[in-house]
Amino acid sequence: MNTRTIEIMVGLFVAAAIAALFMLALKVSNLASYGQDEGYEIKAHFDNIGGLKERSPVSAGGVRVGKVVGINYDNQNFEAVVTISIQQGYQFPKDTAASILTAGLLGEQYIGLDPGGDEENLQPGDEIELTQPALVLEQVIGQFLYSKAQGE
Amino acid sequence: MMRDKLQSLGRHTLDIFARIGRGAEFLIHTLYVLPAILLRPALVIRQLYYVGVQTLVIIVVAGLFVGMVMALQSYIVLVDFGAEESISLMVALSIMRELGPVFTGLLFAGRAGSALTAEIGLMKSTEQLSGMEMMAVDPMKYVIAPRFLAGFISVPLLTAIFMSVAILGGYLVAVELLQLYDGVFWSQLQAKVDFYEDFMNGMIKSVVFGFVIVWIAVFEGFDCLPTSEGLGQATTRTVVHGSLAVLGLDFILTAIMFSA
Repeated sequence: MNTRTIEIMVGLFVAAAIAALFMLALKVSNLASYGQDEGYEIKAHFDNIGGLKERSPVSAGGVRVGKVVGINYDNQNFEAVVTISIQQGYQFPKDTAASILTAGLLGEQYIGLDPGGDEENLQPGDEIELTQPALVLEQVIGQFLYSKAQGE
Repeated sequence: MMRDKLQSLGRHTLDIFARIGRGAEFLIHTLYVLPAILLRPALVIRQLYYVGVQTLVIIVVAGLFVGMVMALQSYIVLVDFGAEESISLMVALSIMRELGPVFTGLLFAGRAGSALTAEIGLMKSTEQLSGMEMMAVDPMKYVIAPRFLAGFISVPLLTAIFMSVAILGGYLVAVELLQLYDGVFWSQLQAKVDFYEDFMNGMIKSVVFGFVIVWIAVFEGFDCLPTSEGLGQATTRTVVHGSLAVLGLDFILTAIMFSA
């Protein structure tokens, strides 16, 4: 086989590999969304975050508006502090409530935002006052059994 | 009697150490002459053809079928939980993190590694390598280094092709055969597959595997006994040691990358 054919074949091989890399980077993984993630950060305190993780979605009215970027524990108040990044362009009133919800019965957990009626909007670095912790199934069942036993 | 046993045990151990030593020395020598080969890219391109392009067919076919089978099998489990939209995620994560690099490594060891060993081994047993040395042509530079570099470049490229073909195979089964919704397939991937954690870690694995397999393949060829029997043994050792090295290293790398 002559050199030209060999070089063309090698060129095709490398081109195919680069195309594959691009497809994997842009279509299959989240690299394309790295750029648009710039947003502003707000904080929220929760008694219990359940199975919430970094990169869990944050949604309002079912629309994805941001993601969880940090989870810490507050040693003073003994609460979990969740840092949320909201995409630029979405605004929420100051008295917005945040609750940790579960997608489906066994699905992953996400933060749902419930906008209030305040005239002022949340600014970067602000804190959400109204929060509702994650529903821990064991506790709910425990309470149910306890109230049932008391009733008898 | 007892002494004979002890002696054979000792000799085997020493043989193994000597082999490891020769392998390390060979690797250092190869890396030392590697920059010189960059001045002659034509030699590397020819080897890229034999090592990379000719392995492409088996990689594409294997990738397609692995992806399709993964999609079919995960459907059986996921449909019970009503989570069949996650098929794409199941296929993509297993392919990117584990199966892509490992499968490519195993296939490469079998298809290209054995061919490299046989070729270099035959050159050695027909005294072509000694002939080159006689003519003051360094076989490390003109025979070993281009093959080493070509193999090292090929494995990550083949892995990327394997991964994307496997995901397309999963797509074919999920969307065409199992009638899942096409948009959900891709949006699940974009939402949950992380470029660095999932994709780059897979590619790092493939770079490590490529290095080790090519090292084993060219070393076994260079180090083989110059007889037809020695050549056969060297080719077998390439495939066996190469595959075992891929599987062992895969466990170590997975433990380092994904255990936290």
